[in-house]
Amino acid sequence: MIRYTLKRLLSLILSLAVASLVIFFVIEVAPGDPASFMLGLNAQPDTVAALRAELGLDQSQFGRYLSWVTGMMHGDFGTSYTYRTPVAGMISDRLWVSLPLALYALILSTLIAFPAGIYAAARRGKTGDMAVMGATQLGVAVPNFWFAMMLVVIFAINLRWFNAGGFAGWDKGLLAGLHSLTLPAISLALPQAAILARVMRSALLDILGEDFMRTARAKGLSRRQALWRHGLRNAMIPVLTIIGLQFSFLLAGAIIIEQVFYLPGLGRLVFQAISARDLIVVESVVMLLVLAVITVNFLVDLAYALVDPRLRSRT
Amino acid sequence: MSRNLIIGTALSSLVLLAALVSFVWTPFDHAAMNIPAKLQTPNGTHWLGTDHFGRDIFSMVMVGARTSIAVALVAVGIGMSIGIPLGLTAAARSGSWLDELIMRGNDLVFAFPSLVIAILITAIFGAGAVNAIIAIGIFNIPVFARITRGAALSLWQREFILAARVSGKGAARISAEHILPNVANLLIVQGTIQFSLGILAEAGLSYVGLGAQPPTPSWGRMLADAQTMVSLAPHLALIPGSAIILTVLGLNLMGDGLRDWLDPKLRVGRT
Amino acid sequence: MSLLDIRNLSLTIAGLPILQDVSLSVAPGEIVAVTGESGSGKSMTALAVMQLLPDLAQTRGTITLDGTNLMEQSETQMCALRGASIGMVFQEPMTALNPVKTIGDQVMETILIHKAMPPAEARQHAQDTLTRVGLPADRFPLSRFPHELSGGQRQRVVIAMAIALRPKLLIADEPTTALDVTTQAQILALLKDLVQDYGMGLLMITHDLAVVADLADKIVVMRHGEVVETGPTQGLIANMQHPYTRMLFAASNHQVVLPPAPAPKPLLQVKSAVRDYRLPRTSLFGAPGHYRAVKDVSFTLNRGERLGLVGESGCGKSTLTRAILGLEPLQGGEILLDGHPVTTAKDADLRRKMQVVFQDPFGSFNPRHRVDRLITEPFYLLEQPPKGTARSDLIAETLTAVGLSSDDARKYIHQFSGGQRQRIAIARALITRPELILFDEAVSALDVSVRAQILDLLVELCEAYSLTYLFISHDLNVVRTITDRVLVMKAGEIVEQGETEAVFSDPQHPYTRSLLAAAPKLPELNMGTVVA
Repeated sequence: MIRYTLKRLLSLILSLAVASLVIFFVIEVAPGDPASFMLGLNAQPDTVAALRAELGLDQSQFGRYLSWVTGMMHGDFGTSYTYRTPVAGMISDRLWVSLPLALYALILSTLIAFPAGIYAAARRGKTGDMAVMGATQLGVAVPNFWFAMMLVVIFAINLRWFNAGGFAGWDKGLLAGLHSLTLPAISLALPQAAILARVMRSALLDILGEDFMRTARAKGLSRRQALWRHGLRNAMIPVLTIIGLQFSFLLAGAIIIEQVFYLPGLGRLVFQAISARDLIVVESVVMLLVLAVITVNFLVDLAYALVDPRLRSRT
Repeated sequence: MSRNLIIGTALSSLVLLAALVSFVWTPFDHAAMNIPAKLQTPNGTHWLGTDHFGRDIFSMVMVGARTSIAVALVAVGIGMSIGIPLGLTAAARSGSWLDELIMRGNDLVFAFPSLVIAILITAIFGAGAVNAIIAIGIFNIPVFARITRGAALSLWQREFILAARVSGKGAARISAEHILPNVANLLIVQGTIQFSLGILAEAGLSYVGLGAQPPTPSWGRMLADAQTMVSLAPHLALIPGSAIILTVLGLNLMGDGLRDWLDPKLRVGRT
Repeated sequence: MSLLDIRNLSLTIAGLPILQDVSLSVAPGEIVAVTGESGSGKSMTALAVMQLLPDLAQTRGTITLDGTNLMEQSETQMCALRGASIGMVFQEPMTALNPVKTIGDQVMETILIHKAMPPAEARQHAQDTLTRVGLPADRFPLSRFPHELSGGQRQRVVIAMAIALRPKLLIADEPTTALDVTTQAQILALLKDLVQDYGMGLLMITHDLAVVADLADKIVVMRHGEVVETGPTQGLIANMQHPYTRMLFAASNHQVVLPPAPAPKPLLQVKSAVRDYRLPRTSLFGAPGHYRAVKDVSFTLNRGERLGLVGESGCGKSTLTRAILGLEPLQGGEILLDGHPVTTAKDADLRRKMQVVFQDPFGSFNPRHRVDRLITEPFYLLEQPPKGTARSDLIAETLTAVGLSSDDARKYIHQFSGGQRQRIAIARALITRPELILFDEAVSALDVSVRAQILDLLVELCEAYSLTYLFISHDLNVVRTITDRVLVMKAGEIVEQGETEAVFSDPQHPYTRSLLAAAPKLPELNMGTVVA
């Protein structure tokens, strides 16, 4: 188990290193000089030179990459050109909106998908199964940002249960914060829940065909007992894979949903940065998103080993 | 043919037809503004009503279908044309450094969801439909590589592949002659699924302004335009939204139906 | 009084008739073997007793266990009976256990589901049961996972789960089919011992008549869902009534006479062959380990000779086969075919000289190609493959030679039965007239009657084309009749080789002796016209 963890950890570090290289050099190959790119066409030569010095463009590429990476390790993401403030501070403020939103949505999605998937699998071919599968088919097809708009019309504008947008802030209390994230989280979670429920159902149905499920029935377990005791844990292996993938979709999806609800998250930050050509902010936000995705995949790998003893003993 | 396949194919064909017809005919010029006729609900003249500039929504939806289909189609094309050869190669050389390289590369691309790729590309090259295609296409590559490799790996263990090797056939020929035809069904089904995801992704990117730029109409941007007026004129959001949902639903149903229809186990009957 | 009594059991699945008027009974302490070829309905009979039939199954008749009609029990009542009054053991020990639960938990589950008791007590009970089936806790702690055990050990766990509550009836569905002969002998001995010890009735489903004759008190022969003959083992074997029973026993012990082999002239020479596999690294930075699957193997196969290679699973015979076919490299020694070294390189001249027939009649063909394309695949090795009429004539000739018709050339593989597919596989191996054919477990997946026909076909082909072949198999009976000489392989080494009859009648190496001793024997048949 320790060896397995170490191996996964090594692969995590390698992935991060390669990802940071990719991001850095993609930004580097941006047409022309980053400083004049960021300042636009009408910039004065001396302002460009000042920015060049600030960005460290007079150093070698490799030197800049190293200082960018070591800076990030110390929590120093550089200074935003447009806002003249440290990027780290801007990001951490926004992260406290985007990350809770993605997690909230992941929890909602799992809470909806697991019972729905298990229910459908247990009633395969019956009316309940058909109804759940029809609903998921529709859920998969709905764009989350459109669903968000509909939720706003119904629950914010007409019923006035929620605000149509904006974020109360965590300093107003946990409940106030969660309240303003609820509609966004639901709109993110439902389409993902539809996918997850389908995966859960088909994973369970695959397991139901396994020999050891017949063995369980031969011991005297009822269909339901066999499903719960022997089916669920085995079905978790494919389900975990999807949960891992979903987190990256949710994080990216959060960026879009923030637009609908005018939430001050990473999404709004990155779009402002794009229109202001603030490459330093874009670079850092992208790196952070990739870090989150890779870390979640690492956690999923660890979860595999907890579920499946064969992985634990292999290495 | 199953009910899924029939309904799915019908819906998908309808959208495709609308896109094709829009090249030669739309009820109105999709870009022509007519401020006096703005924000009409569906009626006899404007079948699906008009937007805040008085443009005919039916015409915009038809032309928007063109954008959605083009972006998704090319993106799936990119994913398939690069991903499938990569997957076949990785499976043929399974366990080698090449396999390892391809699979690690895949994992890396998976760490950049299409939206993140789009953000990177847009930040540098600007927004546009082409960049949206590239972003979605790049993200499709590992999907096809992974699914091809997985299916091909189990085929490589089969005895008919051994028999082909005994007959002196090399990895490339075996991949083309024996592996590819036997994974084709799976890839077709995955293709329809990725196509529908491509439609959703394009809509999302256009909605946040990273996709097709004006004057090219797109469903995602129609929704973005509708957002401020959604309580005033809900049909502005309902119509493009329904277009997206019906298209994606149609493609998914078609994929499900194809899966069952192409599965030789279900068709030939069990022996 | 019988323990289990099946009366006029009929079964349809989705309208298809599977069983018709099946009647049989099992007394306490009695071993009843139900035998027959695939499709005879023997496994469905067992599942009907458990009431674990597929969803669309419909049954008629009565199944009485100890006075209770199982057909009238509710699902809840059946759950109470399964595992407590009836235990069941399945064919595939590798998949019959839940991979994510420990063996202790899985045995305890049988106990706890039926009896309320403190966990510690159930654990002790599980431990005792595992010890009883030959898995003592000091060597096989309850915390082991299934993947840490061998196939035979897993089957013991499955048996432990089935007998933990000492059911009155044990059903075993092909319990040793997936196991090696020596393991099979141990498991059969264990089952027999448990029956005597506990006074259980054992309903044993098996296709292997040698196992039946060794073990059973009573035999039930089934065909196409019907019982064709039933009776006490000794009596039935001594006096078979039904022609099908006679055919089955005759085919199981089918003997052929090979044409004499020509004077020895080497065709294939294997000299000190070594095949290593790299194992996954066991530590992060350490050197990867090696597993030596073939250790210093040497033998010669002469032109026109039929050589057998026997050994249990994992002995290295498949690896050796692949090395001879030039599909895997050697790490030492060499293999010469007709004087030329065999390598993994693309060498059409060399590869043209050998072909192979595999075990699985279902996996051996690309399902998307027609028969003519399938059997002409080796044409790829020819410089000038025949075209037009020459091609179709050769296809027709080869198909006829293996007992098929030339019309079969345009059919797809799924239109053929298992035996026919194996004929097509032989046609593919034969069409370029290679000098050497390898038969890798080529008849192992076939029913006995089909197997007998394929063996006859091989003899015909030997006469017509004077074949040279290497016949790789775990089935000692088949190798004994279809080869001139035999190699016995164990743990990567050839421990004994010699004239087949000499090795079988007077084995020298202790391993060969144990192998022959473990193999269940068919009884001497008393039928007058058995042996050809």
